[in-house]
Amino acid sequence: MGWLGPQEWAAVALSLKVAVWATVLSLPSGIAVAMALSRGRFWGRGALNVLVHLPLVMPPVVVGYLLLMTLSPVAPVGKALASLGVVFAFRWTGAALAAAVMGFPLMVRAIRLAVDAVDPKLEQAAATLGASRVRVFATVTLPLMLPGVLAGAVLAFAKAMGEFGATITFVSNIPGETRTVPSAIYAFLQQPGGDGAAIRLVMVSIGIATGALLVSEWLARRMGRRIRS
Amino acid sequence: MSLSVALQHRLGALALDVSFEAPAGVTAIFGRSGAGKTSVVNAVAGLLRPSNGTIILNGRVLLSSNAGTNVPIHMRKIGYVFQDARLFPHLTVRKNLLYGAPHAAGLDRICDLLGISGLLHRRPRALSGGEAQRVAIGRALLSDPDLLIMDEPLAALDMARKAEILPYLERLRDETGLPILYVSHSVEEVARLATTLVLMEDGRVIRSGPAAELFADPALVPVFGPRTAGALLPGQVHSHHPDGLTEIAVSGGRLYLPALDAAPATPVRIRIEAQDVMLALTRPEQISALNVLPATITDVHHGQGPGVMVQMRAGDDLLLARITRRSADALALRPGLACFAVLKSVAVAQGAVGRH
Repeated sequence: MGWLGPQEWAAVALSLKVAVWATVLSLPSGIAVAMALSRGRFWGRGALNVLVHLPLVMPPVVVGYLLLMTLSPVAPVGKALASLGVVFAFRWTGAALAAAVMGFPLMVRAIRLAVDAVDPKLEQAAATLGASRVRVFATVTLPLMLPGVLAGAVLAFAKAMGEFGATITFVSNIPGETRTVPSAIYAFLQQPGGDGAAIRLVMVSIGIATGALLVSEWLARRMGRRIRS
Repeated sequence: MSLSVALQHRLGALALDVSFEAPAGVTAIFGRSGAGKTSVVNAVAGLLRPSNGTIILNGRVLLSSNAGTNVPIHMRKIGYVFQDARLFPHLTVRKNLLYGAPHAAGLDRICDLLGISGLLHRRPRALSGGEAQRVAIGRALLSDPDLLIMDEPLAALDMARKAEILPYLERLRDETGLPILYVSHSVEEVARLATTLVLMEDGRVIRSGPAAELFADPALVPVFGPRTAGALLPGQVHSHHPDGLTEIAVSGGRLYLPALDAAPATPVRIRIEAQDVMLALTRPEQISALNVLPATITDVHHGQGPGVMVQMRAGDDLLLARITRRSADALALRPGLACFAVLKSVAVAQGAVGRH
């Protein structure tokens, strides 16, 4: 990518890294929470639902600030994590965390729809054939909800690529560490003569978003064919 | 093998309170829709946990509310064929069949038994209703169960598909020796398959016992319906005649039926609907009916309406005839009277009628 300057290239690479980690690491808990919300009948289910959806409706800056208040090195939780060697504030890991939190409701909503669509009668049938709960989940429930899991992952990935407000509040805009594509575009727009770089990054953003959508459409169609036909 | 069930459970307006024993063979749970039949077998399979009950299969306690035992579904070793086949849509027929199989060894035999060898590489979506149901039966059999539950396995199919599957179910009963709990509201299916009957009404068992005995009980006619009630008797193919008739030996004599595709000595079950039986006090002569059995009246059962159910013994077996009250009075029918049963139509199915 010769037409991207080193700073721009660094922002793109960082954004991809942040988005991939945010998506991959939030998938297991996204699936677990979607299963709990769809199937679970437990005390506090309503509260969990609200909590999961809060990042969707709250101003991103507020989410970023809440993350900073809890995870900064001077806050108790942040201090405890730092003593274990885990630091989020002003690190790329923090950018991934912010992106994961902001994308989580989108991921959970998509997966939950897929869980709702899995017929529990098929799971019952699997149990009568001698399959334990774990095996039923791995061989029936998960394969049948996979298109929804994929859709949720793509949404979360796209959200992570575009996350700005929570990221810049929580981990600032440090070149090479926390300057993702949106932060970089914002920074270039503040500089005289930065328009060219900003436009190139805008084009990269559009390219990545379109590519992700096409790949997910293709995968979903393939999986759908496998399940339905 | 034996299954012993006793349970109480409340389901909305229905108070389930049943207790019965199922010996080897096909035990049919028969009753109207909403009688609680499916809930009973769901409790046996572990899909429903009754508020109180005891379920014992071959001496293995599956559920005991008193002892706090409740074996989870997947440890019960009970195969379940649902009304809707419930095949896994993302797996091929072969993978569906082997889903619960401890090993693939029995696959060929089961495929032959059910006639599904040609479907192995298809997806469930590409199967007809009858094919899907046969695959579902095969899948349950291959999981090597101690008991097979079939909940109205034919109810969702049309007449042709039913006729396609019934012979397979007969073979299943006669060849595998696997005990089967069969839920149905169809008199025909039950008459063809059951060796033991459990009759349910409004969440309760009103009668249970050997199928032939219950089918011949005039007091149970309202349960089976006056138009479909009829006796069930065991017979054996005797010989084939050149004019296209098959001679069948029953305890009370010989019956002649249109050619039956079965070798001599094959056991068959004869079903004679009560409305297809006429009574005569002297042996009728010069009539077109071929099948006339000498019999002795054992019971004359008056119900509501103009009809009367007459039970009689022909040889060792019981027959039912549905005639009008007027005829019964005119002939002065009473227990002990000798008569002749004229059979207008006889249905026959492969396999023996269980006698316990």
